[in-house]
Amino acid sequence: MKQRRFVSVPRPVLILLGLAFAAQIAFAVIQPRPQARAELLPSPPSAAVLGAISLGDPIPLAQLTTLWLQAFDNQPGISIPFLELDYGKVEAWLQRILQLDPRGQYPLMMASQLYAQVPDEHKQRRMLAFVYREFMADPERRWPWLAHATIMAKHRLKDLPLALSYAKALSDHATGPGVPHWARQMQIFLHEDMGEYETARVLLGGLLASGSVTDPHEIHFLLERLNSLNGVEKSSHSSEN
Amino acid sequence: MLSKVLTIARFTLLEAIRTRLLWIVLVILALLFLASLFVQHISVTETVRMQIGFLAATARMAAVLVLSLHLAGSMVREFNDKGVDLLLSLALPRGGYYAGKFLGFAGIAIAIAVLTALTLLPLAPSQGLLLWGASLAMELILVSALTLFCVMTFAQIMPAISFVVAFYLLARSISAVRLLSTSQLLAPSDWTNRAVARLVDTLAWLLPDLDRFASTAWLVDQSGALSTLAANALQTLVYGALLLGAGLFDLYRKNL
Repeated sequence: MKQRRFVSVPRPVLILLGLAFAAQIAFAVIQPRPQARAELLPSPPSAAVLGAISLGDPIPLAQLTTLWLQAFDNQPGISIPFLELDYGKVEAWLQRILQLDPRGQYPLMMASQLYAQVPDEHKQRRMLAFVYREFMADPERRWPWLAHATIMAKHRLKDLPLALSYAKALSDHATGPGVPHWARQMQIFLHEDMGEYETARVLLGGLLASGSVTDPHEIHFLLERLNSLNGVEKSSHSSEN
Repeated sequence: MLSKVLTIARFTLLEAIRTRLLWIVLVILALLFLASLFVQHISVTETVRMQIGFLAATARMAAVLVLSLHLAGSMVREFNDKGVDLLLSLALPRGGYYAGKFLGFAGIAIAIAVLTALTLLPLAPSQGLLLWGASLAMELILVSALTLFCVMTFAQIMPAISFVVAFYLLARSISAVRLLSTSQLLAPSDWTNRAVARLVDTLAWLLPDLDRFASTAWLVDQSGALSTLAANALQTLVYGALLLGAGLFDLYRKNL
């Protein structure tokens, strides 16, 4: 149906439309920007409730929930907002997201790279422990996050026994072909850092003898390390004598 | 002129009563109340809080859907029955007809908001409920103005309701979308991220700020304030005028 011309619209209607439009823009501009507030993060619903909400397709819900959770911690104007969050709730949300989408890596990335970076040792440890627990559920896919946690435990927390326990878990459980050797070798170097040369030497020798390392450069590097460990051990024995 | 406008508004209200709209609303509210009892029953802690939250959110969504469906159905029927042609053949400007219809639907919106608030009265008898009910009434008035505009533009139920639902959901979630778009994790110096954030901001300016309306927190945490309600009222006035202007613009250009 052909419409009538513009002139058929009375002038007051056009004025109302123009004024209302201008008022809406002005009203919207003067409104404060929405800001995420740490205390507003609620507890997550149960996995069953989330399953029902997802209408049988949990992955999109997991992804939306992840982005929503992320909006709580990355807003401009909040200096170190992660620190203000209730980490019990954060952890519960991350766990729910992983339950909805177990193959998704995003929650573990957030735990190890974002939430574990706060200047609060207790919160850092809590997030690393979360990564460790979740690693155990799927080591072949989740090893990068535990490897990161190992490095954090060593360099940030200066907790070598904790780093060693994570590295040992990596070595013992992440054994698939997709896991690089360096991840499984971390425990050897941690033993070395802790002065446990004998253990490091045995593990390194075992690794080389197993034949799992095939790259000539890597074998050469590891042999060099083994030789230096042998040297350190000999010198320590001679100093004891 | 005013008496004719009020007559149209009165007949719009009468139509809602005769088509048993209010009974339908009551039945839906009763069903939702029963469902909220189930939610309360399966909750381990904060049982009443959970019940109020569930009932308030679902009742608000149901009120929006029922109102917009009734409005779209009523207007399309009037178009098809040539009732609009008949009315406009009388000594009544198009603006008067539109204003009468809007007043009638606004009255229905207020009635639905009152019934919804009364459903929550046994659970949250507080000042927060008053604020929530008033804010819901304003939200529904905006929804009725929006649906009226959409029916004028599309003249069919399906596209009109699709637009209303999409618009409503976007207006309710636009603040969350703005938060997501300004993430510091997304390299804010990158021009594509800045452009997306700017686009979302512009979109937010064009939408009513519906996520500040009828917040469940007002019921469960008593966090509502008169100043928020005043801001809601101003938003309703401004955006309502914009939608009325747009609807009138379309109606005056329509060849009947």
